[in-house]
Amino acid sequence: MIISSEYQIDKTAALLGRHLLLLDEREGKILGLVGLRCTDCGERYFAASSNCTKCCSDRLEPVNLGTQGVLWSWTIQSFLPKAPYASGEDPESFRPYGVGYVEMPCGVKVESRLTCAEPGDLVIGMAMKLRLVRFGTRDDGQPLYTYAFAPEGAD
Amino acid sequence: MEDIAIIGVGMHRFGRTEGMSGRAQGAFAVKQALEDAGIGWHQVGVAFGGSQDAGNADALSNHLGLTGIPFINVANGCATGGSALSCAVAALQSGSADIGVAVGFDKHPRGAFNPSPSDWGLEDWYGDVGLMLTTQFFALKTQRYMHEHGITEDALVRVAQRALRNGALNPQAWRRNELSYEEIANSMAVNLPLRKYMFCNPAEGGAALVLCRARDAHKYTDRAVIVRAAAVRTRQHGSFEVFSPGLVSDVADSPSVTASCAAFEMAGVAPSDIDVLQLQDTDSGSEIIHLAENGFCEHGEQERLLREGETDLGGRLPVNTDGGCLANGEPVGASGLRQVIEICVQLRGEAGARQVPGNPRLGYTHVYGAPGVSAVTILESSRG
Repeated sequence: MIISSEYQIDKTAALLGRHLLLLDEREGKILGLVGLRCTDCGERYFAASSNCTKCCSDRLEPVNLGTQGVLWSWTIQSFLPKAPYASGEDPESFRPYGVGYVEMPCGVKVESRLTCAEPGDLVIGMAMKLRLVRFGTRDDGQPLYTYAFAPEGAD
Repeated sequence: MEDIAIIGVGMHRFGRTEGMSGRAQGAFAVKQALEDAGIGWHQVGVAFGGSQDAGNADALSNHLGLTGIPFINVANGCATGGSALSCAVAALQSGSADIGVAVGFDKHPRGAFNPSPSDWGLEDWYGDVGLMLTTQFFALKTQRYMHEHGITEDALVRVAQRALRNGALNPQAWRRNELSYEEIANSMAVNLPLRKYMFCNPAEGGAALVLCRARDAHKYTDRAVIVRAAAVRTRQHGSFEVFSPGLVSDVADSPSVTASCAAFEMAGVAPSDIDVLQLQDTDSGSEIIHLAENGFCEHGEQERLLREGETDLGGRLPVNTDGGCLANGEPVGASGLRQVIEICVQLRGEAGARQVPGNPRLGYTHVYGAPGVSAVTILESSRG
């Protein structure tokens, strides 16, 4: 397991939703979120979908939604969720986390964990960028990663 | 379309009843509703009902009598009760039975609901990373709504305060303690902007209605309530719904808007004609949004209405007169029928300390649930 920074991740890492992420496997970097585009009407989606709910076509192709967007809405998850939440945390170790929708340049809003859990630091309309973050630990000790959005400029 | 009447209502008190199954609470409610209508279970020709966590409704027959009637299980999330009512109305209108029952009951574990992603057509990662919580959706929708329509936290506090004030007047309510503005405003953050006392809790309880064609109602009661409309609608492409990993760029009205419009059209009345109403209040923010989505005010007008007491018992638009979900908790299967029962009680003039003044004639109920379904009824008093 090689994790050189929060942006970078080894290909063997426990990365949830990996199929939704466009990764540079060699560098272990995240290049974008994989959405879907309807080849008949052009509507775009995140995440998995088997057909277009606008025109009912089943012809969908993958599309890169990018790495940058703006915060459309947010909340702070202040209590430890029950299962299916699988971070491995308990009430003592639980750390609140931000949750939001980020509007991507194509207009699709992506629901995501946020790296920031400070209400005062989150403002609707602020620029956000995509990252990989560790959010928990599996039963076997393996760190768990997922995509998340961070305020632009935060590191 | 033939008018249908509610001739009996019954409830098992919401809250926590140790040692009593959800189904037994449902059976209790049906028996009370039958008694209210002055009939026996053997006279019922069709029944619709459901629960989310307390088993199949048709097993209620074991408590009530195995009379061989069609008993249809309904599973439509928070809209289970509204859907059961809508089905019972349609069955009676079709003439396939003379007397129908709609029943809902439930018994949930403590704490927030924890749905399974696969039950909702979602992938496991969505739950694993901590995004599959209804409370998050309500907070995210409320946060965005406040931003777009200039609503502040003041409105969120006032909704909760009024719900608990009404609940204190309702002997059947689970939460009967009023709280001060400060106690609500300073309560623990759950999912900001929503705090502890701005959320309802999963609970237990049962609720049941007995219905017949309106022209036959006089045989059973002189307190019948006429169902002028019962509409169920689901989400459209572009509406913002619970459990959505992504939202498309198109924007469409919520199923609350479409169900409400359908119901007003069916009944041939307007929002301004309604004297007393029940709106889904899983949380303060949802009630505020639903007030506008159901046509009772403009978006953004809610804060003023709340501050001026317009939604209070004596106001122009009395909302959630029994304390709503915030004071009664939410047994999912039963909750939509509790709303209908409260309107029946108000239209019958039997609401005691929480009675809306001025002999209300028209009432309204609205319920919303995952994954984007709303049920609306418009009810009319048959009193002269």
